[in-house]
Amino acid sequence: MTETTTPKRGVPLWAQITIWVFLAGLLVLVGVTLGKRQQGTVQPGDAIPDFTLPLFSGYEYEGKSEVKLSDFRGRVVVLNFWASWCKPCEQEAAELEEAWLFYEPSGEVMFLGADYVDTEPEARSYLKKFSITYPNGPDMGTKISQMFRIRGVPETYFIDQNGALYYVKVGPFTSVNEIKTLVEQKLP
Amino acid sequence: MKKFLFILTLTLVLAGLFTATTVFAQGGVTDDEVNAIAKQLYCPVCENTPLDVCPTEACRQWRELIRLQLSEGMTEAQIKQYFVDNYGARVLAEPPRTGLHWLIYILPPIFILGGAFILFNSFRAWTKPQSVEAGTGGESGAASSSPERDEYVARFEEELKKRK
Amino acid sequence: MIAEFGFGVLVVSFIVTMYSGIAAVYGAMNKSAALVESARRAQLLTFPLLTLSSLVLIYLLVNNRFDVAFAYEVTSRSMPTYLKVTAWWGGQAGSLLFWSWLLAVFTSAVTLRKWDRDIEFLPWVILVSSITLTFFLGMIVFFENPFTRFWLVNGSVAPSMFAPSAAATVFTPADGQGLNPLLRHPGMVIHPPMLYLGFVAYVIPFAFAIAALATGRTDDRWTRITRRWSLWAWLFLSFGLVLGGRWAYDVLGWGGYWGWDPVEIAAFMPWLTGTAFLHSVMIQEKRGMLKQWNMILIILTYALVIFGTFLTRSGVLSSVHAFANSPIGPFFMGFVTLTLVSSVALLIWRWPLLQSETEMKSMLSREALFLLNNLLFMSILVVCFWGVIYPLISELATGQKVTVGPPYYERATGPLFAGLLFLMAVAPLSAWGHSTLQTLGRAIWKSSAAAAVVTVFLTITYTQNIYALVGFFLVALVLFATGHEFWRGATARQKAQGENFFTALANLMGRNRRRYGGYIIHISMALMAIGILGIEIFQKETQGTLAAGEELNIAGYTIQYRELASWNSPGEGVNYTRAVVDVYENGVYLGQLAPRVDYYYDAQQNMTIPGQRSTLRDDLYILLVDWQPVSSISATFKIYVNPLVNWLWIGSILFLFGVIFAAWPDKDPADEPVRHRAVRDNRQASAAD
Repeated sequence: MTETTTPKRGVPLWAQITIWVFLAGLLVLVGVTLGKRQQGTVQPGDAIPDFTLPLFSGYEYEGKSEVKLSDFRGRVVVLNFWASWCKPCEQEAAELEEAWLFYEPSGEVMFLGADYVDTEPEARSYLKKFSITYPNGPDMGTKISQMFRIRGVPETYFIDQNGALYYVKVGPFTSVNEIKTLVEQKLP
Repeated sequence: MKKFLFILTLTLVLAGLFTATTVFAQGGVTDDEVNAIAKQLYCPVCENTPLDVCPTEACRQWRELIRLQLSEGMTEAQIKQYFVDNYGARVLAEPPRTGLHWLIYILPPIFILGGAFILFNSFRAWTKPQSVEAGTGGESGAASSSPERDEYVARFEEELKKRK
Repeated sequence: MIAEFGFGVLVVSFIVTMYSGIAAVYGAMNKSAALVESARRAQLLTFPLLTLSSLVLIYLLVNNRFDVAFAYEVTSRSMPTYLKVTAWWGGQAGSLLFWSWLLAVFTSAVTLRKWDRDIEFLPWVILVSSITLTFFLGMIVFFENPFTRFWLVNGSVAPSMFAPSAAATVFTPADGQGLNPLLRHPGMVIHPPMLYLGFVAYVIPFAFAIAALATGRTDDRWTRITRRWSLWAWLFLSFGLVLGGRWAYDVLGWGGYWGWDPVEIAAFMPWLTGTAFLHSVMIQEKRGMLKQWNMILIILTYALVIFGTFLTRSGVLSSVHAFANSPIGPFFMGFVTLTLVSSVALLIWRWPLLQSETEMKSMLSREALFLLNNLLFMSILVVCFWGVIYPLISELATGQKVTVGPPYYERATGPLFAGLLFLMAVAPLSAWGHSTLQTLGRAIWKSSAAAAVVTVFLTITYTQNIYALVGFFLVALVLFATGHEFWRGATARQKAQGENFFTALANLMGRNRRRYGGYIIHISMALMAIGILGIEIFQKETQGTLAAGEELNIAGYTIQYRELASWNSPGEGVNYTRAVVDVYENGVYLGQLAPRVDYYYDAQQNMTIPGQRSTLRDDLYILLVDWQPVSSISATFKIYVNPLVNWLWIGSILFLFGVIFAAWPDKDPADEPVRHRAVRDNRQASAAD
């Protein structure tokens, strides 16, 4: 056989190391991504990193054109992701506003609306249509929604006084009471 | 101002729907002008589908926004920048050439050049010893002195015999 | 009851498959022929078992058994029966069963072959296929069971295989959700099976490659046995890709056939390595070279099949085609890891055995050009792989998603495809072992001259676009050079055998089917390239809203809107909206086209059906984008003119013919003597024939 004339050489060590490192890197990358996809949205108990939500003019909060999550330490924060093109969002818009009006005087609860992948003119007409008054702003660069790993809209995140998530609502609320019950969990 | 913008959008949408050849509509932006830009953008709602053909409501709104921005005199670059600022780099058809994203443009050429280099080196390694054992090796080397055409026919006939 | 029966059969086949793998490896270790034979029979048993289980599933689908969750998801009362059957592969769970069934078909077929001379391969081939099958069946049994039913427990409905509690009752929804309308298109009915056939068929060459590594019998026996398998696998995969393109063109409503979507690319990557393998394996057969490289290629092909399937089905990639988030992710990830790690480890272990004497007399010899072809295919693979993987890296590193879309791929692969076209023209003219610039130049100058004439003609009459002209030149070069090869061969035979030209041509092709089949495939690729150049470079589009009687103009065509009608078809569960337009070209009336939008009530989804007028010169492709629901006064149309795109489909039909021509079995390939180890051996063997 001709093969015997050539000396038998194995794969050089550097090549073996490169191959295994590459393979391990690929598997880790895919594995971590898979893990991220599987875990779904951020989970109750997770501390929510601070983020900044710019606000639509006319929907500012105490005159400020942007708010940070950390501004509301000591309060329950209800963060609602919505979009004007989202039909199910319309089902809960009035309820959210009603709940906001109910809690606003106490100063214990904050409602924030993050407008996901939307255009400003359409978003404004939506806010107007449902007479929404709580601070609302665009999710610039879809950064906040990616941070929460939202699956779609509407989704609502309940964050407690210490900045930790305690409940995730996927899909629209069916009643004001549903919202109130969830908020009350963390109120004294 | 904002209210005015909204009314303008509405008017334009209606104009877009009801005027036959929008080219002649007042301050008109044609669908083609909108699509020319929309083609290069990707809306997160329908991933990997260009904006000009994505049928969702969100994407329809985006197209109307482009129309509005065009009518306000924004340039293509400005509009794209607006979308990047508002919705993130994922709206672009390929990553912007900044920071880490350079990797996507640099790595494949490096790999391809590396592959070409390895192949070329192997070629040289394979051809060199050949010159040493040329005397023992080539039956085709002997034939190469005869004219090419005859060689072809000869080779061919040989193959035919073999195949029978 | 029948659903439980189907599941039971599934579990039995899972156990049988697992037994077969264990028995095979144990038998191989202990040199027990009886145990290996038992493994072989167990392997054969999986085919009838899975057939039975699949028939049960089809029975449930066809009979509106909406208590079965899978039937509820993919069928509805309004669907015709043939669609209910094809709904088998219309969802994750069913398509996994379909995959497994195909795998059982192939492995049964391969275990039925004559093994006398390759008996040492048998246990390892069984092992590889049974591991694969065990894993797929495991996914079905544990995570994605198509026989799961709905149960009513305390007023709420939950899917489960068996009654969750004694009080639970079966819940049957009134109607199912129905198959995704996009999947009801005839193209989609056969596109997935074709792709799956291609994917699954690559398991066989891979299994033989692993067997060769495991036994250390690393001569080219394994490539000889699997030659036709890999050709058929390649045929199905290629045809699956083409059908997918045609389907996209007909129903996705974006005027194109290929969008460089990650899922499309995931199916394209094994095709790239598979094509490279088809070429480089010939070098091994003819010259005894590149054993290591061929081993790498076939392992890579299979790894990409598994990896691509994993990316699309686990929810890692987000795409219009991708399956939704699925519980099979981690399990599948485990299998991917097992496959990659064990094959790479085997390869490294046996690397020295795969060494072969390599001699390269000329950088212009056919083997050198084949290697260059491999380099180009690998380069395209690198571009594609990186484009698919990079968004994951970006997302992890920066937390922000990015899109890697057509501009990236087109820019990077365009020159590589051009290089492939050039090689396609040149390589067949070069000789094995030896070619010089002179001999090659002499062989190609006529074709080059002819192609140059064509290009000049096109420059004057058709286009001045430099990319297009380079492309057309290369296409013409391939066509002339390949055509010349046919002519040269036929006339040489004519002279030698005294036959007339056509008999000579037919005999020539018949006697050397793989080579001439390959040439036919090359010609078909060149024709497809015409279509691709046409749509990529010359596509024109316009959009506008028309009132009845108004017109849109594009590329010499005039489209006049006539009328629009909308009606319900309760039997089918579809609402049709159909516009009628008159088409004129330079004032001459051509006829009417009717773009449609179909709304499926069960799936609550629209499907946009273009009005198409197809000629060899161009396609007129009209989409109904929008309309006024009440008055029907005006409607918005999007119109594409896609020049030359028909050549893509013509090319693919010729392609199909070419591959079948090359791959059609004449005799059992296993009966062919082991020969042509190298040209030298080849010569000796031919004297003995």
